[in-house]
Amino acid sequence: MTSAGITAPQRRFIGPSASILPLEALLVVVLVVSIPMAVAVGAADIAVGSVVEVFYSALSGQPAAQLTTGTVSIVWEIRLPRVLLACIVGAGLASVGTVMQALVRNPLADPYILGVSSGASVGAAAVIMFNAFGLRALFGTWAISAAGFAGASVAMVLVYTIARGQLGLSPTRLILGGVAASYIFAAITSLLIFLGDPRAASSVMFWLLGGLGRAQWSALLIPTAVLVTAGVYFVIRAPWLNALALGDDTARTVGIDLGRFRMLLFVLCSLLTGVMVAISGAIGFVGLIMPHFARLIVGADHRRVLMISLPAGALFLVWADAVARTVVAPQVLPVGVITALVGGPLFIALLIGRTRAAVR
Amino acid sequence: MSAAVIEVAGLSVDLGGERIVSAIDFEVEPGWFVAVVGPNGAGKSTLMRSIYRAVTPSSGSIDLEGTPIARVTSRELALKMAVVTQERGGDFDFTVGEVVAMGRIPHCSGWGSLAEADHQIIHRALDDVGVAGLIERRFTTLSGGEKQRVLLARALAQQPRYLLLDEPMNHLDIRYQLEMIEFVGRLGVTVIAALHDLNLAAQHADRALMVADGRVHSFGPPHEVFDATSLQQVFGVRATPVVHPMTERLQLLFDLVDRESP
Repeated sequence: MTSAGITAPQRRFIGPSASILPLEALLVVVLVVSIPMAVAVGAADIAVGSVVEVFYSALSGQPAAQLTTGTVSIVWEIRLPRVLLACIVGAGLASVGTVMQALVRNPLADPYILGVSSGASVGAAAVIMFNAFGLRALFGTWAISAAGFAGASVAMVLVYTIARGQLGLSPTRLILGGVAASYIFAAITSLLIFLGDPRAASSVMFWLLGGLGRAQWSALLIPTAVLVTAGVYFVIRAPWLNALALGDDTARTVGIDLGRFRMLLFVLCSLLTGVMVAISGAIGFVGLIMPHFARLIVGADHRRVLMISLPAGALFLVWADAVARTVVAPQVLPVGVITALVGGPLFIALLIGRTRAAVR
Repeated sequence: MSAAVIEVAGLSVDLGGERIVSAIDFEVEPGWFVAVVGPNGAGKSTLMRSIYRAVTPSSGSIDLEGTPIARVTSRELALKMAVVTQERGGDFDFTVGEVVAMGRIPHCSGWGSLAEADHQIIHRALDDVGVAGLIERRFTTLSGGEKQRVLLARALAQQPRYLLLDEPMNHLDIRYQLEMIEFVGRLGVTVIAALHDLNLAAQHADRALMVADGRVHSFGPPHEVFDATSLQQVFGVRATPVVHPMTERLQLLFDLVDRESP
C-alpha cells in the first residue's frame, strides 16, 4: 500500500549499511565456545567434556566426581587462567592498536611497531632483573605493571615527538622513529639481561618473546581492570576518535579539548601497553591486524571498529596461544612467534598495498 | 556602543620565531560576510587559525560576543562557530555520512549516539550543499570539489552562528564556486572567509579585509578596499574596476603592472 511510504521513517543510517550486531554476536559466541576448546588443547590430553564438567563443578560447588584432581587442577589452575589472559591481552592489544592508529593518524601503527612495547619491556625487565628502584618492595605485584607503564609512556612520548614536525605528523618519520626507538629499547633490555642474574635471564628472554606462561588467577586482576576502564572510555569517546583521525583542526573545531583528550589517550594507551607487556611480554601485530580486519568489514567508524576488533583480538590470541602450546608439544612456543609469523607478512602486504595506492 | 560580535584587537602571532600576523584589528557585525584577502603568505590562514584557536596568539585578543575566546570551552566555541579547514582527511575510510556526523559532536552528550533529529540535520546539510546522493560514498574516493562541499555540510550540521571558511573555493568548479558563495551568503550567519578570488570577494562580501605581510592593509566595503592603488601595492597587479554589464556589480580586470598598455 502507498500509506506505508508515508509513514516509513527516513533512512537513518549514515555509515555502511549492514548492522554489526550479527557479526558481534557471532564473534562473542565463537569466543565463548572457544574458551573450553582452547582449555582442552595442550600437552596433556583433556576432553572438552571434562573441561565443561570442571567449569560446571567450580561454578556450582559440586565436586567433579569422574575426574582426577590432576585434571581439575590443570584445567582450573593452569589452562583456564591462561586462556582468559589470552582473551584479555588480545582484546587489550586490539583496542590499543585501534586507538593509536587514530592518535597518530596512521593505520599502520601499533604499540609493537612504534616501539611502545619495547619501552614497556625495558621497564618491566628492569624490575624483574634488578628489582629496580625498590619498586617491588613498594608495590609488590603491581611493580612490573607500573614499570611497564612508565617505560611505555617514555617510548610513546619519544616517538610522538620525533614524528611530529613543523607541518604536523609525518607518517614516514613515525614509522622510522618507531623502528629506531624499538632498537634502542631492545638494546637497553639486552644490556639489562646481560648484566643481571644469569638464572633470571632465560626466563626474561622467554617472556620478552611474548608468552602467556605467567598466567594465574591473581595475575588477571590488573589487566582486566585496565582493559575495562580503557575500553569503556574508548567506546564512549569513539566519535571523538573519528574526528581526531581526520585531523587536529577537525577535532578542535567540532569542540574537542584536544590537549586534554590526547593526553588521556596517551596515558590509557601507555597503561594498556605497559600492563599487557608486564604480564605477557611484547606480543606483536595483534594491535595492527585486528583494527584492519575490523575496518575491512565495518568501515572506519571507531565505535564499530572497537566493537569488532576487541572480541576478534581475544579470539585470535586464544587460538594463537593454543597453536603455540601444541605445535612442538610438550614444549610451548612463545605466542609472540605465532603472531609475528602471521602478522609480519600481513604488515608487509598492507605496506605494499598502500604504496601502490599512493602512487596511483 | 559597538554592535560587533567578533572583535579582533592588536592580534599578533609568532610561529617558529617569526611574526606571521602583526597587530591586526577589526570588528565584525552580525550577519556580515567578511572576505579576508591577500597574497600567498600574507598571514590569512594564520589569522583564520587564531580565530578558531588552532594557534595561540602572542599578544592581542579575540572576543566572540564580548567574551575572549581563550576563556570559552572547546565545546561552547564549537556550538557557536563552525569551520571549514584546509584539512582533507587522512587514510581512514569514513563514509560521507560519518564525516558530516562529526559536526554533531558538540551537540551530543553521554554516549554521543545520534538521535533521529541529528540524522535529519545531517541529511539536510548534505542536501543543502547538493551532495545528498553521496551519503554512503567513501570520503577518500570523492573529487576535491565534492570533498569541499561535504566539509561545508559538516560545518552546517554544527548549526553555527559563525562560519569560518579557510579558502573554501579551492578545487571547486566555477559553477559550484558561485553556487556555494551565494548559498553561504543566504544562510544568515556571520561569515569570515579567506578567499583567493578577488572578484568573488568583491561581489559577495559585505566587508573585505586586505592583509599584506601579516598586517591589515585596509578594511571596509569591497569597492573601497579594492582600489587600483591598493591592489597594485599588495598584489603587484594593475586592476581595472568595471561594472558588470548584466549584474551591475563591481568586476576587476587584472594585468601585470610592468606591461605597457597597447
